[in-house]
Amino acid sequence: MIDINDTVMQFLLLFVVVAPLVGAAAALLPAPPGLKGTSPDQAVLRHGVTVTGAVLAAALVLAAGFDHGEPARMQATTDISWIPALGIRLHFGIDGISLPLVVLTALLTFLCALYSYFKQQHQRLAPRATGSSPKAFVALLLVLESGTLATFAVLDLLLFFLAFEMVLIPMYFLIARWGGGQRAEAAWKFILYTLLGSVVMLLGLLLIGLNSGTFDMVALATDNGRGLTTSVQVIAVLAVGIGLAVKTPMWPLHSWLPDAHTAAPTVGSVLLAGVLLKMGTYGFVRILLPIAPDGMRTFAPYLAAFAVVGIIYGSLACLALARQGAKGDLKRLIAYSSVGHMGFVLLGIASMTPTGVNGALFANIAHGLITGLLFFLVGALKDRTGTTDLDTLARHSGAALYGRAPRFGGLLAFGAVASLGLPGLAGFWGEMLALFGAFNPADGLNRSAFLTFVAIGGFGTLLTAAYLLVVVRRVCMGPRPEPDLPQLADVQRYEFAAWTPLVALTVLAGLWPALLLGLTDPAVQKLLAGGKG
Amino acid sequence: MIAQGTIAQDMTAQGMTAQGSAARVSAAQDMTATAAGSLVQSVDWLAIAPPAIAAAVGLIVLVADLFVRDTRKTVLAWISVAGLAAACLALLPLLDGDRATFCLTTDADVCSYTADHFTLVIQFLVLAGALLTALLSISPLKDKELPEGEFWFLLLSSAAGAALLPASRDLATLVVALEVASLPAFALVGLKRGDRRSSESALKFFLSSVTATAVTLLGVSFVYAATGTLHLTEIATQLTEVDGQLQTLARVGVALTLVGFAFKTAAVPFHFWVPDTYIGAPLPVAAYLSVVGKAVGFTGLILVTVVAFPSYADVWGPALAVLAALTMTVGNVAALRQSATRAYSAVRLLAWSSVGQAGFLLVPIAAAGYADTAADTEKAIGATVAYALMYAAVNLGAFAVAALVARTRPLNRLSDYRGLYATRPLTALALGFFLLSLAGLPPGVIGLFAKVTVFSAAVDAGLGWLAVVMAANVVIALVYYLQWTAVLFRAPEGVTRGAEAREGEAERRRHAAAPAPLTVAIALTAVLGIVLSGAPQLVLRFSATVLF
Repeated sequence: MIDINDTVMQFLLLFVVVAPLVGAAAALLPAPPGLKGTSPDQAVLRHGVTVTGAVLAAALVLAAGFDHGEPARMQATTDISWIPALGIRLHFGIDGISLPLVVLTALLTFLCALYSYFKQQHQRLAPRATGSSPKAFVALLLVLESGTLATFAVLDLLLFFLAFEMVLIPMYFLIARWGGGQRAEAAWKFILYTLLGSVVMLLGLLLIGLNSGTFDMVALATDNGRGLTTSVQVIAVLAVGIGLAVKTPMWPLHSWLPDAHTAAPTVGSVLLAGVLLKMGTYGFVRILLPIAPDGMRTFAPYLAAFAVVGIIYGSLACLALARQGAKGDLKRLIAYSSVGHMGFVLLGIASMTPTGVNGALFANIAHGLITGLLFFLVGALKDRTGTTDLDTLARHSGAALYGRAPRFGGLLAFGAVASLGLPGLAGFWGEMLALFGAFNPADGLNRSAFLTFVAIGGFGTLLTAAYLLVVVRRVCMGPRPEPDLPQLADVQRYEFAAWTPLVALTVLAGLWPALLLGLTDPAVQKLLAGGKG
Repeated sequence: MIAQGTIAQDMTAQGMTAQGSAARVSAAQDMTATAAGSLVQSVDWLAIAPPAIAAAVGLIVLVADLFVRDTRKTVLAWISVAGLAAACLALLPLLDGDRATFCLTTDADVCSYTADHFTLVIQFLVLAGALLTALLSISPLKDKELPEGEFWFLLLSSAAGAALLPASRDLATLVVALEVASLPAFALVGLKRGDRRSSESALKFFLSSVTATAVTLLGVSFVYAATGTLHLTEIATQLTEVDGQLQTLARVGVALTLVGFAFKTAAVPFHFWVPDTYIGAPLPVAAYLSVVGKAVGFTGLILVTVVAFPSYADVWGPALAVLAALTMTVGNVAALRQSATRAYSAVRLLAWSSVGQAGFLLVPIAAAGYADTAADTEKAIGATVAYALMYAAVNLGAFAVAALVARTRPLNRLSDYRGLYATRPLTALALGFFLLSLAGLPPGVIGLFAKVTVFSAAVDAGLGWLAVVMAANVVIALVYYLQWTAVLFRAPEGVTRGAEAREGEAERRRHAAAPAPLTVAIALTAVLGIVLSGAPQLVLRFSATVLF
């Protein structure tokens, strides 16, 4: 949109990746004079807002300076040799696929930092866990941001792995120290599952790199698997795929997710669902589709099958949780709904068609926005009522949020209908395109199998609508509030500040999908075609 | 004294071999007169400076101990530290890596002492490791836990032997160097006076090590009998043309030599002495054994396999691969099973984890057995060297923190580390970094890429199954390293703390401040680890350059 010098673009991209790391180190140091604020806690939380704000600003400038005429071309690239012994290069760059994810990450992290800051200002709550200081919290948040942004910005397989691993430790501590009940076990499960997957992934990445002689993603993508024999591709896709599938998460490797979400603090949940899960699907699109297409073709039907099982499984689990008397936890329910939504993303990727992959990427972003919003809302609900248990919330007839806190109830209903894929909101396009893509899968894939998957996936959308509407009915509706119910605060101003961008973008992406598709489509076309296109 | 003797002995061994080959030559060419005349060798003193300085300073300290008053014994410590630093600096003029000395008078290419790049890297590792050990030892020595003069002499002698070993290129020097490195180590382990556990572990270590040496010697003699030479490169050529009748002898010789070295590296099934020895030994000595002791074993193994017995690669390659898989699995599983509240569980865990890490170090050597070209072999050996450097830095760091914690919590249980972040934030961060490096997780980038190098050596050699075993082991290791890391950042236990605080307030205060040498050791290793994480190429380049 605006013309920015290449060097500046390079610098901006590097800034986006490195600034949070520097900020994290700075957060651990005592505040310099003049920036002490009213208390050390306030100062460090403000520091978090400043750094994430700067990163968001840089990401937005990056988006503005991005040449939208050529989204398929890698832009703002930096390519420096780092470890020649292993052939690892510091290769960064963004194209139409990674740019939206970079902006989404910067946005969500900024909103999280903002939310934490104002919440502390507003409530001056004593830290929930003993010994947990905002200092460490901000530092971890920033390391997490750096890791995720690096994942989307790097173009070297081993660097990707490094960035992929970098988010584990901060997320582990975020859950283990600031989480709710069962947090230790949940954090442990989270890190073990992901590590198990990523070690297998490392083997796959090495197999690709050593057999083709380079770890450079762009070169490998241009090669489009010509340098790799089919058997190598098959093994590589299996190994890398398992690592990514754990992260995504794909049924049946998802069982860490509900626990992690249930235990994680609000900010942790938002980032986990909004950004971390995307790293898995991004890996599928960026690495497996272009680099090992033959191997991917072998596994695509299985991936699609697991994806639709995930859709149905996630929805059924949610329906069971939403039932009266099931003692369903709202956070756990949203986590399971993530399994379902990510199922659509995987189905789109498995179709190996531009339509499907575009849909997958769109659904990725949409899920980040909507689920981020939902987790914010549920976290705020927990702060107000002290529980996320549906039965306790709704009692026998419904929590009647519409009556007790109309704006809050309205937002929750908005999030729910966006999540179920109401046309006109962001959730719709991704899932529809994913199903479209699967309806007419790439050459060499069994069409009848995919037709079955589409049918099952379509049924899944119905189930999704069902449980979300049940949730809305039980939480938002209900008889006129009884007098014995405690007063509920409606949406605070700082909450509006944190949530409005998400709502606005959900509507924008729903009404003007071309904004996003115009970016991803050329890049996807190029990735799928490799050097041929 | 022992160390000083090495060089003399080395020369004797040299003379013997020279005579042996001279005899063979004279049989063909009748050159007796010239051969006898050229027995006098010129010695390249610069090349042998690093081990020689360590040995000389060891002697100086031993003698000085007699004349230094008890109150001023710290001087000895600083002499030793300075000596080790000087030995490290003596490596600088050798950086070209083209020096050799004690060569055959009849063939200048066959030398007993070679200062090539491989030698220099390992010598640096060994001497710097000994230097860090010295820093760790200063405060326990000051507290009169150990006798000072003897300790420094033994440490320096052992370091001299360890530094000689990577340079030796004939089997006699190799074995002698190995013994010079090990014999003082037995005494170091048993140095805690009046501690039954210490003497018991020293005995265990001694017996197993002596058995290993005996086996090695037997193997060496068989090899000598079959090939008629002790020089590694000569053995390599001679082994390919061994007389039919001597084939069995040569084969048995090769196998026995390898078994002896496997013992030293604490590879499974020769690992049982490790945990007890580490716990019984003074903590700095355990650190020394885990790094320098291990480096000695590996260097010997590399020299014997890759330089001397390349023609038997199809035998030792698979054998080492199996050994590597077993070693890492046994070590890691045992480390995983350590209960946090058992006495000395932290050291026990480090001991078992060092067995597990030994497995990783073995992988590239095994891969070298599968290499088709000399360049591939060197790349694989380079992976071991790079991994060993990474391991040395972070493992010594971890031991340094353990030594610091042991000052207030002598039992050194894993549970004693709970809440370390609250009391000593920087130390806790450093330990967390060391553990994550050992595990191979960011922020320990260097650990991750060292593992990647080892992985790629295995994948390159077509050892897919070994790579999968490694992957499983990486996960097991991650679990226990992470558990320990997580403990550091937990909230300290309030109840027990209050009680203990009352109990030993004075004691606590005396130990509260970290002694300067210990702080320096932790800081050095941490800085090293962080620098390497930023620029892994510094060590990883060994996996891409010519070492021999």
